[in-house]
Amino acid sequence: MAAHATYSYDVLVIGAGGAGLRAAIEAAGAGVSVGLICKSLLGKAHTVMAEGGMAAAMAHNDDRDSWQVHFADTMRGGQYVNNWRMAEIHAQEAPDRVRELEAWGAVFDRTPDGRINQRNFGGHRYPRLAHVGDRTGLELIRTLQDHTTYLGVTVHMEHTVIELILDGGRAAGVLAYDRERGRFHVFTAKAIVMATGGAGRAFKITSNSWEGTGDGHALAYRAGAELIDMEFIQFHPTGMVWPPSVRGILVTEGVRGEGGVLRNSEGRRFMFDDIPDNYKPQTAADAEEGWRYVMQDKTARRPPELLTRDHVARCINREVKAGRGSPHGGVFLDIAWIKDKIADAPAHIKRKLPSMYHQFKELADLDITTTAMEVGPTTHYIMGGIRVDADSQESTIPGLFAAGECAAGINGANRLGGNSLSDLIVFGKRAGEYAAQLARKSAAPKVDEGAAERSITASLAPFDRGNAGENPYKVQQDLQDAMQALVGIVRNEGEMQEAVQKLAGFNARAARAGVDGHREYNSGWHTCIDLRNLLDCAEAIARSAIERKESRGGHFREDYPDKVAEFGTFNIATTRQPDGSMRVSRLPLKELPAHLKQVIEEQKQ
Amino acid sequence: MSQATFRIWRSEPGGGAGKFVDYTTEISEGMVVLDAVHKVQAEQAPDLACRWNCKAGKCGSCSAEINGKPRLMCMSRLNSLDLTEPVTVEPMRTFPLIKDLVTDVSWNFRVKKGLKKFKPRQPDAADGTWRMAQRDVDRVQEFRKCIECFLCQDVCHVLRDHDKHEEFIGPRFLLYSAALEMHPLDSDDRLQDLKDQNGIGYCNITKCCTKVCPEHIHITDNAIIPLKERVVDRFYDPVTRLLRMITG
Repeated sequence: MAAHATYSYDVLVIGAGGAGLRAAIEAAGAGVSVGLICKSLLGKAHTVMAEGGMAAAMAHNDDRDSWQVHFADTMRGGQYVNNWRMAEIHAQEAPDRVRELEAWGAVFDRTPDGRINQRNFGGHRYPRLAHVGDRTGLELIRTLQDHTTYLGVTVHMEHTVIELILDGGRAAGVLAYDRERGRFHVFTAKAIVMATGGAGRAFKITSNSWEGTGDGHALAYRAGAELIDMEFIQFHPTGMVWPPSVRGILVTEGVRGEGGVLRNSEGRRFMFDDIPDNYKPQTAADAEEGWRYVMQDKTARRPPELLTRDHVARCINREVKAGRGSPHGGVFLDIAWIKDKIADAPAHIKRKLPSMYHQFKELADLDITTTAMEVGPTTHYIMGGIRVDADSQESTIPGLFAAGECAAGINGANRLGGNSLSDLIVFGKRAGEYAAQLARKSAAPKVDEGAAERSITASLAPFDRGNAGENPYKVQQDLQDAMQALVGIVRNEGEMQEAVQKLAGFNARAARAGVDGHREYNSGWHTCIDLRNLLDCAEAIARSAIERKESRGGHFREDYPDKVAEFGTFNIATTRQPDGSMRVSRLPLKELPAHLKQVIEEQKQ
Repeated sequence: MSQATFRIWRSEPGGGAGKFVDYTTEISEGMVVLDAVHKVQAEQAPDLACRWNCKAGKCGSCSAEINGKPRLMCMSRLNSLDLTEPVTVEPMRTFPLIKDLVTDVSWNFRVKKGLKKFKPRQPDAADGTWRMAQRDVDRVQEFRKCIECFLCQDVCHVLRDHDKHEEFIGPRFLLYSAALEMHPLDSDDRLQDLKDQNGIGYCNITKCCTKVCPEHIHITDNAIIPLKERVVDRFYDPVTRLLRMITG
């Protein structure tokens, strides 16, 4: 069967979240033709779920802030295995990218003197997150979407990419299907930007939507690109735990930024019990100092609830395992208590955290202005992804760029809250810029029709097997259960080896998956196709995690509970071998230049 | 564990004929309609089509009509519905059907393209930035809470019953226009368009859009009525008209 249609662009962007839209805007601005493919309707990408804000050292709320402090915070949060050049670029360029959004119509919350207001967040030394209540992601995506509307970018909505096609080792195009009719489309492009987001759907409890199946990671991997840091998964400490149907949905860190505290079933603020040494100088000594910090007292240090996400998630996990959890297996997150401190607390909470108020009221019958929430860790973000050049965002495949969550490097072993939205716009812009540059000097590539044909045939195989094949939903569920149980927050060698064994079985079952019905909008069929991507990502996560025999950031091993200096000198990379097997290797980190070393030293106190 | 029956609209591919099909499934505490639809999809009807993304009322993908009311499936808790009767779940009826619960909402994206874009005034400060007071952006922030679920478009009788898609942009885009008109930095003028091309006069403020808005935006009171007043002041106020005749 041949493809239904063929499209040709200078730059093709895959994914229409923050990074993809920003890349499309930049490329279109450079005067090249741009196509944008998105898996859902425009404006529905997972960026919409981001709540707290975007980190940029604009120093509006504390003039001691600067790119140097932001850089040092990012490196400390990432446990120094970050790509330092990306962390540097990110800290330097984020303020301009945020201001640019205002020029495009974004309406951020304001400071008393009328500038963009910035809030406190975990791991950030000063109030740094530009925000709009707790719906910053919506503001970002809508602003970029509306701006894109007028730039002549062609948007292909509800299209899913099945395969990345190369021409002589260069990215040349993709094969995709549309959900509405289930038809196949070939796209050729001189440069391709991958901006497909994360892979949270590999786990059972996740804040990610159905789209987060690691498509970009897996497409690039199968085409020969190198993935790095795949062992580093961020388990966000505060997801909803009850009712069961909403388990995993995000509760913004902004709740803690506004004074929310974590307590166990004994009413104890357990975060004071375990403060890592490298954060001690910056952490409040008691509850009173923590509250002064929330009130923006510049002499106060931040409360321990605002330690990095990896650490807070593990502390919650510890409390629950020790039997000090809440009734539904989480801990308590209490913002209602601030009524003891400020007069109009309920109104203040509703104004600062409107969508959290709404979310708990409607989904859990709970009023957060009077009652503590129950929260627990949820799979939120993958630090690992496609290895890219820091300046251009080009991957190890020429002509293939990557930005946002599917690219790796800036976050190292753990991402700070607020650094994702700024990452999207800083590196989305760069990816669009360099992709357009490359497209301008490149000839149109050729897409091998045979490759597209083979991929189409393989994609349709589930229909041949029909209901006699494996139920794709069941395979996906079993995969999620296995990853959650065996490669989750606390890991060990034996369980991860077991996971790798199980993955081989899931791969075999996925190859037998079958589905009935027509090709039009058939979710069962879509799940069959997504499964391959999830399985490749899951394998890269498990194998990388086995290789890293230490604990660092989002990767915690009970059999190697300490950080090991030697493991701080390299990233772990996964690549596909010609025989289809996965190769795991160690990629030495580039040495930090003297000027950045000095910045880090200066910020250590 | 108890059971409930969901009467879900199923259609033939290509927008062909459709009918309600009853699915009975196990339900548990805290479930929403979208959970039930997913359960049916996973256990009984793998090819059942529905849109969804965030499952938390933030993306506006899972719009449908539940027991006849336009709602987000992810925010409709089963304990708020009468489960002694089958719960009907059907697609938005104002838009062409694609399959089962999925409709073609592309008209909305085309409408937006035809509206004047944001045009900021000159920056206030030498560094290219602006100053705005929080109280001056509160109203626009309310409008910008819109998640583009298009339930307001679905319920609006001007579109639903009178099919004025070519002459009327609907509540969503009146709200969008209001967000731009009331944006402290915007320097463009959309009143002529609102009157002539966007059909603001068709709205007879029945407030159905406000009632179905899952973000609780006061679409009619805070957005449409003020825009109507501005249009009236500009084009229909006798004193202004007289002045314009004199001054040309």
